[in-house]
Amino acid sequence: MNLFSLFITSFIVNNIIFSQFLGTCPFLGVSKKIDTAAGMGIAVIFVITLSSIITYIVQKAILVRFGLEYLQTIVFILIIAALVQFVEMFLKKSSPGLYRALGIYLPLITTNCAVLGVAINNFKIGYEFIESIVYAVGTSAGFMLAIVLFAGVRDKVDNADLPESLKGSAISLITAGLMSVAFLGFSGLQL
Amino acid sequence: MNKLDIFKNGFINENPILVQQVGMCATLAITTSLVNGIGMGVAVTAVLTGSNIVISALRKFIPDEVRIPAFVIIIAAFTTIIDLVMHAYTFELYQALGVFIPLIVVNCIILARAEAFASKNGVLDSTIDGLGMGAGYLLAMILLSSIREILGNGTILGFRILPEAYEPMMMSVQPPGAFILLGLLIGLVNCLSKKKKAKKA
Repeated sequence: MNLFSLFITSFIVNNIIFSQFLGTCPFLGVSKKIDTAAGMGIAVIFVITLSSIITYIVQKAILVRFGLEYLQTIVFILIIAALVQFVEMFLKKSSPGLYRALGIYLPLITTNCAVLGVAINNFKIGYEFIESIVYAVGTSAGFMLAIVLFAGVRDKVDNADLPESLKGSAISLITAGLMSVAFLGFSGLQL
Repeated sequence: MNKLDIFKNGFINENPILVQQVGMCATLAITTSLVNGIGMGVAVTAVLTGSNIVISALRKFIPDEVRIPAFVIIIAAFTTIIDLVMHAYTFELYQALGVFIPLIVVNCIILARAEAFASKNGVLDSTIDGLGMGAGYLLAMILLSSIREILGNGTILGFRILPEAYEPMMMSVQPPGAFILLGLLIGLVNCLSKKKKAKKA
């Protein structure tokens, strides 16, 4: 598979939210405003790309070499936690505005299953180094696309006249379902 | 709080999926059939109970500053155990659940219970809390996955229960069905709990 089609596939066709369901928690939690959603999206792109590069190196150079593959989950989650801490410190210094906007959600990237999911999928599918970077960028860009689109829709939904019981997360899930129908349309895309 | 209340709290009042709405990723992804739903529910219950026990036993020795990394390591250790056990004994299920088994480690409900309950309560109470929350998770998984399997295939646990003439609603086992059905399920729970409150008042 060439790199371009890999990118498009992971970006739109197998969109991380609408067809793989990774990272649904921040998708539902941080999508109240378009600008926070965009900030979260950028932070996720950054963390996912960096973490796939680092986990790739660690997996090949340490875990496989010494036959420690069963420690994958523990090692990867530690790498991701350290990386998120680093991004947090970096943002605090370089853009305090964005840091305040993301607030408590930044540490939550650690428990964003998209990050660990991409790192593990790289090896489950068996990508080479370059392929895994393209896959990581495509997937995380797909996350940003989904969360920004969803934040735009949600703005309108929150002001709509709804039955009392469906307010809040119930209608958000149904909205996400309808958006997922639209994304399902891409699955016929031949690349 | 007595022991039964702790269990009931996790099972119904604070149900992880239907009320607290955490740990949705796996819920949405693997509930395409009842077998998968039960498998995932049991795996999460095992990790949750195990980590709750160990964390509450060690709660006096873990320094406050590093508690989150310490909790994560304990949870990751239990996830690895479950991963290896399922690989060895239930290989088909292991393949069906795929990446979502290692992802139990980032399931918010487990860290949330560690932080909110196990780090403050004794071993016995924490065990019951883990079992209660796990049972609540399992209940929600069973509900959602049976609805999706019946609508999408007309079967339950592989046995046909709707007549052959039933045209399967494919969308229900595809991604959009997961979102929409879970949304409706949560709406239903909201509606029922409101009615119950109104009756009490």
